[in-house]
Amino acid sequence: MQSPITLTVNGEAKALPAPASVADLLASIGLDGRKVAVERNLEIVPRSLWPVTPLESGDELEIVAFIGGG
Amino acid sequence: MDGIITTDDSWEVAGRRFRSRLIVGTGRYKDLPETAAAIEASGAEIVTVAVRRVNTSDPSAPLLQDFVSPERYTYLPNTAGCHTAQEAVRTLRLAREAGGWNLVKLEVLGPPPYLYPDMAGTFEAAAALIADGFEVMVYCADDPVAAKRLEEMGCVAIMPLGAPIGSGMGVVNPYMIRAIKAQARVPVLVDAGIGTASEAAFAMELGCDAVLLNSAIAHAGDPVRMARAMKAAVGAGRDAFLARRMPRDYRADASSPTKGLIAG
Repeated sequence: MQSPITLTVNGEAKALPAPASVADLLASIGLDGRKVAVERNLEIVPRSLWPVTPLESGDELEIVAFIGGG
Repeated sequence: MDGIITTDDSWEVAGRRFRSRLIVGTGRYKDLPETAAAIEASGAEIVTVAVRRVNTSDPSAPLLQDFVSPERYTYLPNTAGCHTAQEAVRTLRLAREAGGWNLVKLEVLGPPPYLYPDMAGTFEAAAALIADGFEVMVYCADDPVAAKRLEEMGCVAIMPLGAPIGSGMGVVNPYMIRAIKAQARVPVLVDAGIGTASEAAFAMELGCDAVLLNSAIAHAGDPVRMARAMKAAVGAGRDAFLARRMPRDYRADASSPTKGLIAG
C-alpha cells in the first residue's frame, strides 16, 4: 500500500490516499467545482484537466472563489 | 462624449454595452442577502468581486454567486489587497479560470493608511495582463500623464480615484478628473472615494462615463436606500452633464421680468 500524499491546500496541511488527482482533492473536500479555480505550484490547472492532473507530495495548492469585494 | 442627447444613453467598455452608469462593489455588507438587495436597488449591471481562498473546512458555505447571479450581472474581478504586480496578475489569472471571462479591474495598491495606487506596479501588471489577453479596467492615480499612458498601453477603461478607497471623501481633485476625461478615448470612471449621492452626481457632472463605488452603499446606515439614492444621483449627474450647466457669475441675474412691476 502506498503512503498518503501530503499537500498544502490553502496554506494548511492535508493528506490524501495515493494516487490522487486534483479532482479527487476537490471531491474529498466536498467543494462545488463549478465555482472555484485551482492553482497547483503556482500554475493554473484548467477545470478540464482536474481528473488527469496527479498530485504529488509537497504540492502546494490554492483553491479560490469569488467573494464580495469593491 | 459628444454631448448629444439621445434616448439611448448607454455606454460601452471593451465592446460590451451597458445602460447603468453605476458599477458597485459587493464587499463590506452585513450579509449576502443585504448584498443582493442593495445591488438590485442600485440598478447596476456590473459588480466588482474579489478572489479569495475558499473555506475548505466549510465547503457548503454560501457563495456570492448564490445571491448575486453571474448570469444576471457582469462580474468584474478585482485585485483588491494586491500590493505587487505579480500578486495582481496571479489573482486575475485565477479569476479568469473561476469565471471564464477576461474583463477585469486592476488595482495595485500602496501601503496603508492611503492605499494609494502604486503606479509602477500598476504599469507592470497592466502590461503583463494585456499581453495575456485580458481587458483591463485600471484603477489609477488622478494623474493625466499616467492615465494617458495606461490608455496607450491598451487599457479599456481609466479609473482614477476620487479619494482613497473607503474614505468617503468625495472627488477631491475634480480638475484632474476633468483633465483625464477630456483627453481620454476610452471610458473614464471615478473609482473610490465617493461617500454620498451628491458626490456621485458631481463625478458624473464632470463628464465621467460611470462611477464605481462600494463602501458608500455598504457602510450607509440603510444600504438599500443609499443604493437607490446612488442610482438616482448617477442618472441626475449624467443628465446635468448632457444638459450643459448654466455659466457661473458672482452677480445676480434676475429670473423674473423687471417690466410691469407694480411699483414701476
